[in-house]
Amino acid sequence: MTRIYVPRDSAALSVGADEVAAAIVAEAARLGVTIELVRNGSRGLLWLEPLVEVATPQGRVAYGPVAVEDVPGLFAAGFLNGGAHALAHGLTEQIPYLARQERLTFARVGITDPLSLDDYLAHDGFRGLRAALALAPAAVVQQVTDSGLRGRGGAAFPTGIKWKTVLGAQAAQKYVVCNADEGDSGTFSDRMIMEDDPFVLIEGMTIAGIATGATRGYIYVRSEYPHAFEVLGQAIAMATQAGYLGDDVLGSGRAFRLDVRLGAGAYICGEETALLESLEGKRGIVRYKPPIPALKGLFGQPTVVNNVISFASVPIILDRGAEFYKNYGMGRSRGTLPFQLAGNIRHGGLVEKAFGLTLRDLVEGFGGGTASGRPVRAVQVGGPLGAYVPASQFDTPLDYEAYVGISAMIGHGGLVVFDDTVDMAEMARYAMEFCAIESCGKCTPCRIGSTRGVEVIDRIIANQDRAANIELLRSLCDTMLGGSLCALGGMAPYPVLSALKHFPQDFGIETSQLAA
Amino acid sequence: MSYRDIYADLVDEPGALLPIFHRIQDRLGHVPQDALPEIAQALNLSRAEVHGVMSFYHDFRAEPAGRCVVKVCRAEACQAMGANALVRHAEQRIGTPLGSTCADGSVTLEATYCLGNCALSPAVMVNGALKGRVTPERFDALLAAAQHKEQAA
Ligand SMILES: Cc1cc2nc3c(=O)[nH]c(=O)nc-3n(C[C@H](O)[C@H](O)[C@H](O)COP(=O)(O)O)c2cc1C
Ligand code: SF4
Repeated sequence: MTRIYVPRDSAALSVGADEVAAAIVAEAARLGVTIELVRNGSRGLLWLEPLVEVATPQGRVAYGPVAVEDVPGLFAAGFLNGGAHALAHGLTEQIPYLARQERLTFARVGITDPLSLDDYLAHDGFRGLRAALALAPAAVVQQVTDSGLRGRGGAAFPTGIKWKTVLGAQAAQKYVVCNADEGDSGTFSDRMIMEDDPFVLIEGMTIAGIATGATRGYIYVRSEYPHAFEVLGQAIAMATQAGYLGDDVLGSGRAFRLDVRLGAGAYICGEETALLESLEGKRGIVRYKPPIPALKGLFGQPTVVNNVISFASVPIILDRGAEFYKNYGMGRSRGTLPFQLAGNIRHGGLVEKAFGLTLRDLVEGFGGGTASGRPVRAVQVGGPLGAYVPASQFDTPLDYEAYVGISAMIGHGGLVVFDDTVDMAEMARYAMEFCAIESCGKCTPCRIGSTRGVEVIDRIIANQDRAANIELLRSLCDTMLGGSLCALGGMAPYPVLSALKHFPQDFGIETSQLAA
Repeated sequence: MSYRDIYADLVDEPGALLPIFHRIQDRLGHVPQDALPEIAQALNLSRAEVHGVMSFYHDFRAEPAGRCVVKVCRAEACQAMGANALVRHAEQRIGTPLGSTCADGSVTLEATYCLGNCALSPAVMVNGALKGRVTPERFDALLAAAQHKEQAA
């Protein structure tokens, strides 16, 4: 009996994976051959989705992108034995896009059935938790600190230091909150972890609970991710049933209970204090800091808030040791980051690599240039608050500090590629518009400034008093940069100013006029 | 009428307001405004607070939506692959601007800002189902299929 894999990741479903799976089952029945169909996660080679894999004695052979119409032909070509076909890509593991990656956090993603505990255990699952339970809480925190792991949600704050603060705080109830609001365009790594390897997130959060003395956890998932929400609910029920969650985690006498909550369509709820407000049932309005959430977080209690990828990176650190993880990366950017190649790119998908590679490696090497076949003009790195990076900066190493050095940020690792048909003045306008739509309204520079920003850019585009309006735009950006409470208003100027700096001609400015 | 049966089991959850709104909207398709006073009472909150929360979040509707809800992603990754043209196409095809329901109540067309399908842009969501690589032709086919399904139901 041959085992066939058809992903259940929502990216694969969005291009027909369910229909393909049904067609495979029907064709096998028609031919009278028995198959075992596994709904795995996605390998992250998203341009090949739906990517169907067939288990052979040599390993899994990949076919993609498979449409329903291709299915009879695949059977006819003997794909059950890994037969040759126009859609065949050989052994999945040897596809260069995958073979060149360093998959630590995503080690299991695409390989296993996301909702099989047996699969999870067979692929090193819960080894990190077992290791953590054998250590004193402070020793667990020390491992995380020593690994050099920094928050993957955007701000890159050292995870171990945050945990240490929560461990040291005295309170009857502490919380662990997972930020799964993933609002940045061009990012989907959180979604993939939740849908394709949910137990690793559960394991990471449980370790955080054990390490800091928190007994309750919440995962706050954006409502745009209904599939992730559902998978997490099922995974939590299974993990609880099997004793990995609950009042007595693996017989340790330690309790950790986990719930999933749904957001409601507000980008600002990705900001950690707005998220906490939202979890408390309030409007998602940013809080003043201090107090920091580690001391006064959810319901006023000490709270660990981390991104999905931060938590999901912890199990392997506890399992393999801080040193192992730390040996990847460069400078103060240790370990790996799952980069997400998105937008106008030929080979879009997920690439987990150690810090230190370049945008050129990712966009040209892995990505194969644009989907349109035209030249790459700009890449927005780090979401809607991230800078537009021009080709002249493609060789800067992807390292948190190096990116700050070019007035950019890595953020959550999303790369949105644009070809040479993009109008950067329009993109700058959109950055301001987005800020206006999503502002929580607490501070004036963000709330009013962003609306003014749209108007000013409109005047620049319409060539009304252009020089004066460009000056006005700069000063408006200055006000937002300096006078905003959080990074929505405080960083929305980055895409605007980078567009203006690197692509002045799109704003109707001759390069020679720009000396100032 | 009382809506209490819909959400009674959630009232004791800490921070229950969003889960309650989601539950009601799941069941009824929107959150009727006459439900707010009783929710306020059940959670011991002021009406103003409950109303404020409801209106803060883009997801919650005070009025029923069209029979088919189509969300088109307007964020950067989709823009890089022609989302603006897709929005114009959708508006024309459905005959209603983004953020509205067409006159016969058949379709609500909305903007969304990232569906997490950014490598398969442009992306849309049709009645909660994510779709990728959506060309104008594919958009028409997806809409027709959703309307067909809705008529059959
Ligand atoms: C406007 C705004 C949106 C944010 N959105 C997210 C998000 O969607 N996911 C996330 O993990 N962090 C987001 N953050 C960062 C969080 O505030 C916070 O730094 C993070 O959750 C901490 O976790 P980490 O240290 O593991 O990254 C956002 C910040 C701001 C200012
Ligand atoms: S910068 Fe904007 S989003 Fe952030 S607190 Fe101020 S008003 Fe709210």
